[in-house]
Amino acid sequence: MSINRKKIAIVGVAESDKIGIVPEKSALQHHAEAAFNALEDAGLSKNEVDGVFTAGVSTLTTAEYMGIHPKFTDNTNVGGSSFVIHLAHALAAINSGYCEVALITHGETGRSARWRSNGADYNRPDSQYEMPYGIIGPPVTYSLACARYLDQYGENRTREAMAEIAVATRKWAGLNPKALKREPMSFEDYHNDRWITWPFHRADCCLVTDAGAAIVITTEERAVNLRKKPVSILGAAEGHDHRMISQMPDLTSFVGKHTSKRALEMAGVRHEDIDLTMIYDSFTYTVLLSLEDLGFCSKGEGPDFVKGQRTAPGGDFPLNTNGGGLSYTHPGMYGIFLLVEAVRQLRGEAADRQIQSHDIALINGTGGSLSSTGTAVLAIG
Amino acid sequence: MNQDQYKKPLPIPQPESDFYWEKTKQHELWLRTCKDCQKAYFYPRDICPNCFSRNTTWIQASGKGILHTFAIVHRAPASAFKESTPYIVAIIELEEGPRMPTNLIGVKPDPTQIKIGMQVQVVFEDVSDKFTLPKFKLNQ
Repeated sequence: MSINRKKIAIVGVAESDKIGIVPEKSALQHHAEAAFNALEDAGLSKNEVDGVFTAGVSTLTTAEYMGIHPKFTDNTNVGGSSFVIHLAHALAAINSGYCEVALITHGETGRSARWRSNGADYNRPDSQYEMPYGIIGPPVTYSLACARYLDQYGENRTREAMAEIAVATRKWAGLNPKALKREPMSFEDYHNDRWITWPFHRADCCLVTDAGAAIVITTEERAVNLRKKPVSILGAAEGHDHRMISQMPDLTSFVGKHTSKRALEMAGVRHEDIDLTMIYDSFTYTVLLSLEDLGFCSKGEGPDFVKGQRTAPGGDFPLNTNGGGLSYTHPGMYGIFLLVEAVRQLRGEAADRQIQSHDIALINGTGGSLSSTGTAVLAIG
Repeated sequence: MNQDQYKKPLPIPQPESDFYWEKTKQHELWLRTCKDCQKAYFYPRDICPNCFSRNTTWIQASGKGILHTFAIVHRAPASAFKESTPYIVAIIELEEGPRMPTNLIGVKPDPTQIKIGMQVQVVFEDVSDKFTLPKFKLNQ
C-alpha cells in the first residue's frame, strides 16, 4: 500500500478528567476535557488543530463546542470501531495535505445521560425485522453469534475460555486506578454470575460508563519538537460486511480477518513481532473471535490460546492491559480507549501495569453487531 | 389482540416491504428472489443484493427451515419485553436459502433442550389488528 508516504504519528492521548460514573458531566464536557488533556500531553494548542474526527455526535457540534473551525472533518460512524478507523482517515488526510494536526475526540454518558434515545430508526431494516422480536442491542445480537460458535467449537471449552478472559481482564483492571471494576473476580464468581442473555453472563458483558478520550495526530516532522516521544502509525485498515446480526455472512468469523491482514502487511509486521494486543472486548466472546480472525491462532483454537491465564498480568501474551471494556470503562463506543492504552504502553507510561517489552502494538476495534473493524499497528519512535 | 395492549415495537413497513407484511397478515411467508442469479434473499429489496440485478420477483416460502442459532434473553433490552423474559431469539435458515431473524416459540427456554440444526416451521402470531409476525416452532 502506498498511502503511508510521510511518517505520521500519535503525539497526544488522554481520557477526560474523570471517567466511570460521572453524573456531573455532559458528553460534550468529556469531549472537551479529553481534547484539552490530549493537546497538553502533545504540547500543542487548540488553534493548531485543523482536522476534527468523532462518531456518535456530529463534528459540527463538537467543533462548535470547542471553538474549532476545521479544514478537514470526518464523522464516520460504524459503531465502536469508528475511532480506530478515524486513525486511518487522519493518516490519509494528513498525507493528502487536507490537514496537519488531527484531533479525534470521544465523549459519552452511557451510564448517566439525562436523556437517551431508544435506538430505533424506523427507516432502518433492523427496526422492521429484528426489533419486533426483541433482537435489540449488543448483548442480544452478540449472543446469537456466540451460541453458533459454542455449537461449532464445543460449549465447555469455549465457556472455560470466556471465563479465562473475564478473570484475566479483571486482573489488569486491578492495576489501573481509572478502572471501574477493580475487585478480584474468581472463576467461581464468573460461573455463578447471572445471565444477561444466554450464553452471556453479566461478567461476559462490557461495562456501561461515562467517559471521554482524545487522540492528537500529526506528521513526524512536526512531532520531533513536541512534548512526548511520537508513536508511529505503521499500518491501518478498515472494513465492514453487514449491519444486522441476521445478515452477518458467517456468524463465527468477522471482517477483522481482512483488516488485520491489510494493516499488518502495510506495517510490514508479523504476529510474533507484536508486544501488546488491544482488542475491543465488548464481550468475552468478541476477544475469542478476534484472536482467531486476527490470525493469532486458527479458527476454533481460541479456547486453547487463552488457557492458563496467559493474557493476564505476568502471562506471555499481554492483552487489554487497561482492564478493557469488561472492567476498565465502556461508555458505549469504546474504540478510542484501545488507542489511548496502546500509546501509554508503547511510551512506557503505564505505571503498575507496564509491560516489559513495548515496541509494537496491534489494536483492533469492532463495531455494530460484529459488523465493522478497524485494525491499527503502532510502534514507538 | 388489540393494538393498544401490545407494547412491543411494531414494524413500520417501507414501500418495498408492504407486500411482505400484507402476506404475513394472510399467514403466508414470501421472499424476494432474483431471476438472474437464482438466489432468494431476506430482507425484501427490489434490487438483488447478490448480483445487483433488477430482474427480481416474489416467491412464497415453504415456511420450513433449520435453526441456525438462538439465544435466551433474560434481561429485557427494552421495557416492553420485561414480561416476556426469558424469551428465545433465533436466526432461521430457510429451505430456500436465506436466513431470517425471529423468535422460537412453544419450547422451554432451556439451552440444553434446544439444538442448532433442529428442524423448524413457521407459525404466524397476530400481534395487533394490523400486524402478524412470522415466528418459528420446533418441527416435531
